[in-house]
Amino acid sequence: MAESEQKNENSAGFEREAETGDPAAQADAAVEATTADAESAMSSSGTSAAPVDSAAEAADRPVEAAPVEVPESFTVTLIVRRYDPEVDDEPRWVDYDVQMYQTERILDALHRIKWEQDPSLAFRRSCAHGVCGSDAMRINGKNRLACKALVKDFDISKPIYVEAIKGLPLEKDLIVDMEPFFDSFREIQPFLQASGKPEKERHQTIAQRERFDDTTKCILCAACTTSCPVFWTDGQYFGPAAIVNAHRFIFDSRDEASQVRLDILNDREGVWRCRTTFNCTDACPRGIQVTKAIAEVKQAMLTGVKL
Amino acid sequence: MADHSSVTDGIHYHQHDVVIVGAGGAGMRAAIEAAPKASTAVITKLYPTRSHTGAAQGGMAAALANVEEDSNEWHTYDTVKGGDYLTDQDSAEILTREAIDAVYDLENMGLPFNRTPDGKIDQRRFGGHTRDHGKAPVRRACYAADRTGHMILQTLYQNCVKHGVEFFNEFYALDLIMAEVDGVKRVSGVVAYELATGEIHVFQGKSVVFATGGFGKIYKTTSNAHTLTGDGVGIVWRQGLPLEDMEFYQFHPTGLAGLGILLTEGARGEGAILRNASGERFMERYAPTIKDLAPRDIVARSMVQEVLDGRGAGPNKDYVYLDCTHLGAEVLETKLPDITEFARTYLGVDPVVERVPVYPTAHYAMGGIPTNNDAQVLSDNETVIPGLYAAGECACVSVHGANRLGTNSLLDINVFGKRAGNNAVAYAQTADFVDLPADAADGVVKMLAQLREGEGTESVAEIRKALQETMDRNAQVFRTEETLQTALADIAALRERYPNVRIHDRGRRFNTDLLEAVELGFLLDLAEVVVVSAINRKESRGAHMRDDYPTRDDVNYMQHTMAYRTDAETGASQGIRLDWKPVRVTHYQPTERKY
Repeated sequence: MAESEQKNENSAGFEREAETGDPAAQADAAVEATTADAESAMSSSGTSAAPVDSAAEAADRPVEAAPVEVPESFTVTLIVRRYDPEVDDEPRWVDYDVQMYQTERILDALHRIKWEQDPSLAFRRSCAHGVCGSDAMRINGKNRLACKALVKDFDISKPIYVEAIKGLPLEKDLIVDMEPFFDSFREIQPFLQASGKPEKERHQTIAQRERFDDTTKCILCAACTTSCPVFWTDGQYFGPAAIVNAHRFIFDSRDEASQVRLDILNDREGVWRCRTTFNCTDACPRGIQVTKAIAEVKQAMLTGVKL
Repeated sequence: MADHSSVTDGIHYHQHDVVIVGAGGAGMRAAIEAAPKASTAVITKLYPTRSHTGAAQGGMAAALANVEEDSNEWHTYDTVKGGDYLTDQDSAEILTREAIDAVYDLENMGLPFNRTPDGKIDQRRFGGHTRDHGKAPVRRACYAADRTGHMILQTLYQNCVKHGVEFFNEFYALDLIMAEVDGVKRVSGVVAYELATGEIHVFQGKSVVFATGGFGKIYKTTSNAHTLTGDGVGIVWRQGLPLEDMEFYQFHPTGLAGLGILLTEGARGEGAILRNASGERFMERYAPTIKDLAPRDIVARSMVQEVLDGRGAGPNKDYVYLDCTHLGAEVLETKLPDITEFARTYLGVDPVVERVPVYPTAHYAMGGIPTNNDAQVLSDNETVIPGLYAAGECACVSVHGANRLGTNSLLDINVFGKRAGNNAVAYAQTADFVDLPADAADGVVKMLAQLREGEGTESVAEIRKALQETMDRNAQVFRTEETLQTALADIAALRERYPNVRIHDRGRRFNTDLLEAVELGFLLDLAEVVVVSAINRKESRGAHMRDDYPTRDDVNYMQHTMAYRTDAETGASQGIRLDWKPVRVTHYQPTERKY
């Protein structure tokens, strides 16, 4: 099955031109460029159980009969940018038709492809509800977590495009090399630096704790950094995620190394490269005000840290 | 402390004093102790920050008494009673006594706990945690909004970065190497598969710590991550070492209905109420004193009973409601922001104004690799395997007995993760390496080759789905001899199909197709141990509720199950021998469990 699909490719050099352009327009363009060979064989066992069905099965005892509402399913076309470094010279777009239900997410669609059509599809995922940060990917031109992108929020009359996040080396299919991303994170000394060992806890007021609350939410998924046009063109740039994590300590009243981190980020590849395009803020699946955090770090360099 | 490595016949060999498998809370807590003192490698199938510790929400229990009177003796009592008297009481005393420093350690490392008005760590109520031996709920759970696990995971990773811990990310441990030295079985190393390249690595270690988490993916409806496939527990099992109390699997009461995504018990700690279809607060009938804050086994059972009695809500009457509407937007947005968002995102329900459909979800294994209080792995009821340690959900000390209290698992990983790290490094400082056998990697190489090159026709996904469905249907909150025998027969049939699975991806790089097949093997092994152990326990205790034996039987069953594998894997069924291990009792004699 996998082999037949691989012929179903479009390696005709289709490339997105406008990185921040309209996904729908891109989708249209790609439909034309795709050899529309969505074999029915590909959606073979598309009659898998609806997600809302297991609850009453406990203990195998009958529950009082009630009218069963079969959730409505619909077909969605996903066009996934595949790349197998052992076979392909360059990435290619492959389309899949998938049966989906209202409450399902892009991750469910990818699983359905992997588990029912082509098990060779490679992507990272773990928690499947937006807290582990494994499955950041570019969906219709926008960075999202696949497990938080509900299918019903897309225009399913058109294909949905899924590809790896940009700016990090592509390894296979939707998997990129995360090491450069974590290198930047590690460089900003992302750990509390405080002298002395208190007998119990260090005290902190509710307001002091609130000051850096937003940036403690980061799950290091890289959705922000890999949505940043500056990072795309300059991989040396620390990127939004590293700055967010610096912010988390710079504005923590318990920390004593703010100046060290500000000096690190005052570098040529530091915060001043930010052009406030707000891509990062839009991309953050945790709702962190990333651009604001970067601005606060810039401000702290000019006028000192105000806690 | 560089990695000493070499390559022979295509196999990579590494040598470290301490080898830790798993980079969730327990593994990283161990690494923070070990890395400054000895050469330490952490092998992890996920990037550390992807670990499922990060999905824990509500809090970490410790009797700090920051907001009201509390004592660790009360905490011990609650832990023992919550565990339905299967908890080893000396272990629970250690857990609750060391809880206090464990919380301060985390705060000192930088964890941003919520604060009281006077700047101390704030605390909230949680199920089964009470003042003065059950009189009323107590505020014992230290928390950071409803992302306490996230903060613990991030803080531990940050401190691993600080200490320069050496991680081997996306390395799947697949085998444990042991060898006899002077008639004593000792640990020698771990064999791992590198996801990026498909290459095999052998890590020789003076001591090895397993901190590999749980195996919730034996069930369909679960709060667990896709990656929680019990690899570590399965590796130990395949080595012929015992597993303890595997029949005790916790179902968290409040999973999002149909999805299983966790909604923290902290919601009820903040005052949320469970209601049935008619709006009745049904927990008043089941636990009159502490109601919605009864331990999880009792609440989960009560919810299922409501549904079975026809009082469930929704078109199929197959769930109940978690009512947060009286808490107000501010409490939800500040203390429970993540679960508020989960309900909105995944069910389209706004907890501020609507009741949230919930139903129990497979959540946590009380059982696992038996250890003593020093986190040393046992090869029977007492015998220690020198150099081998386990901590966290994969281990069974047993501090959780037949039912874990909420907030005691984040505590467990910190207390016993730290103990494992300290003891592993102390051992490594006195012990020598145990020579690796020449064929150390052969078992893994052979297993992977068989899977990769098999010409079978079976689908990994289909077998896994069938396993998860039978476990949900037959080995869930309520069990009987009949349902368990059905599950056992289903598992045996699936085990026969398993050797014929077909791997479609024949490549080396990032072959997740191959690894899902390997993981399925562990799931099948462990599900069978769960079911066989459950059949053998003809009583109801904690999370193990037998409809055909509805009462607790302390005369015959107040003891731990010890399951041993008795034969090599031959297909249909693995031989399993069951034995018992006494519960260690210090102060608390079993009494009827009422709340």
